[in-house]
Amino acid sequence: MAFRGLDYYGIDELLTDEERLVRDTVRDFVDRAILPGIGKHWSAGTFPMELVAHFGELGLLGSSLTGYGCAGTSPTAYGLICQELERGDSGIRSFASVQSSLVMFPIHAFGSEEQKERWLPAMAAGKAIGCFGLTEPDFGSNPNGMLTSAVRTADGYRLNGTKRWITNGNIAQVALVWAKLDGVVRGFLVPTETPGFTARTIDGKWSLRASVTSELHLEDVNVGEDAILPGVSGMRGPLSCLSQARFGICYGAVGAAMACYDEALSYAKDRVQFSRPIAGYQLVQRKLVDMVSEITKAQLLAFRLGRLKESGKLTAGQISLAKRNNVSIARDIARDARDILGANGVTDDYQCGRHMLNLESVYTYEGTHDIHTLVVGQDVTGLAAFDR
Amino acid sequence: MKILVPIKRVPDPALKTKVKDGAIDLTGANWVVNPFDEYAVETALRLLENGEAGARVAGAEIVVVTIGPEDAAQQLRSALATGADRAIRVDAEDKALDAGVVVAALVQIIAAEKPDLVILGKQAVDGDANQVGQMLAGKLGWAQATFAASVELAADQKSVLVGREVDAGVEYKRIGTPGILTVDLRIVSPHSVKNNVTPATFAYPDGPRYASLKGIMAAKKKPMDVKKLSDYGVTTTPVTREVGIELPAARAAGQIVADIPTLVKKLADEAKAI
Repeated sequence: MAFRGLDYYGIDELLTDEERLVRDTVRDFVDRAILPGIGKHWSAGTFPMELVAHFGELGLLGSSLTGYGCAGTSPTAYGLICQELERGDSGIRSFASVQSSLVMFPIHAFGSEEQKERWLPAMAAGKAIGCFGLTEPDFGSNPNGMLTSAVRTADGYRLNGTKRWITNGNIAQVALVWAKLDGVVRGFLVPTETPGFTARTIDGKWSLRASVTSELHLEDVNVGEDAILPGVSGMRGPLSCLSQARFGICYGAVGAAMACYDEALSYAKDRVQFSRPIAGYQLVQRKLVDMVSEITKAQLLAFRLGRLKESGKLTAGQISLAKRNNVSIARDIARDARDILGANGVTDDYQCGRHMLNLESVYTYEGTHDIHTLVVGQDVTGLAAFDR
Repeated sequence: MKILVPIKRVPDPALKTKVKDGAIDLTGANWVVNPFDEYAVETALRLLENGEAGARVAGAEIVVVTIGPEDAAQQLRSALATGADRAIRVDAEDKALDAGVVVAALVQIIAAEKPDLVILGKQAVDGDANQVGQMLAGKLGWAQATFAASVELAADQKSVLVGREVDAGVEYKRIGTPGILTVDLRIVSPHSVKNNVTPATFAYPDGPRYASLKGIMAAKKKPMDVKKLSDYGVTTTPVTREVGIELPAARAAGQIVADIPTLVKKLADEAKAI
């Protein structure tokens, strides 16, 4: 039976027809094109490259941007796309988040006309893939401490440094590398074929196995004057990208949670122990009701976030609160779903174990749970609990 | 060339039918385009484009029409999002409609629109009546080809060659335009629709296309006329009447028998199957 989603509070009624149509289209696409093969890719540790062209045809990449071959949907529609993709797999949503929010968005917002023309139509069509190099081996939660540097040369810039935990690194045609130029963080669009640029996959992951994660090495990488993003300098650049991506994650986590709830509910109604389906026992019902309750709250947070974004009122603290909450409850729901499925939950015949492991990464990346706690903590107290 | 595609919304066939107080309970129903009608829209799109280039043949137009309440506009929008050019919704409550009323309205719409082809799903999956296409052909006096599994539009666009799966194999019939086509599931196979424009080697994906996000955004701006049955002078009233609704009896639990002789005895005495 086709996935219907959980809508205990009639939140569907708050969406526009267009947003529902986008959501239903992606939902159907996930059922038909992603779910049948995702388990195999996850087990094998491979990214389903064959999907990228379909993402392009559907217009899922950079969907909320305008012009340059992008669809120009509402931010809420972009969120719903993330929700449905992550209902399939967090790694697939990660691919789309990086492409759309971390690479296409900054080119659109801060790039030159030439940079936009060169990259955005190709990236929207899925003909070029981007990656985002901010995190370094020794600088995760504190990106401003980055060591990657840029120096001016006669005809451009020379970059040196190492970036780690870079989604899409090995499959990208362009890397948006953040580096310090005269002590100020700037963005550089580096074609990955540039001499001195190498990417190495990070293998042995227990999480996001259907997504490519890489380490980027830049050794005397020479790029032209036209590589620098002209429109932004300082940490505002990468942080504004992360705000976009985190917005999508707030929705994405709801998708993963709904997939786990859906699986746990149908399993619990089928699985008979003693005299009845286990869904008829109080302890299982408690778990299912906790899931419904947390998913409903997370949906309302995500929905409100979308409307705030559309009216231009959204703050970073509000995004942090929702990212922190929604990923955390999704992780708990995946674990409870695994519990309800008993031993079956640890096999790849079911999806909750895959989501459970994926969500460990989502909990940590794009600002860890703890860092988002401190962001909101600072927002409400006015006191930073970390060095600025 | 102009193709008219009448579509109907139906409750999501993937969901379980609920019966309450002797009627189908449609509260909170998820309405979708009748799957066979989606195939009809896809057929029209494939007939009027160069599939390889993805571009519409110049001057070609696809008009989708539905007869139903305001909510049914959503299903028209989804057809516009996949590539239809404009839509007509004839406002009517579901209970004011049966095949006869729908056909009476379509006859008038066709008189106004003058399409070269009318493509319909072979039946709607709610009532499974399978009547509208045939009745429409009868009323109009047009040629019809029902349950089309393949279709090829002649280069001069004056006729279509239709393949129909029948018990003995595949029957081919050529009908002239204007004509009525009703389509079966097989019509959305990769090579089922040929139009002498799309290269013969081109393979479509299996099944109807997805609406792209750009298509969804563009659909907002495509025209949708809203009419009333009276605008078309339709005075026909339904002649079919709902007598009652009940679900099929639940199947009784199976039995496990001890040995073959018991099985044979039960088949003979209880089931009277042998």
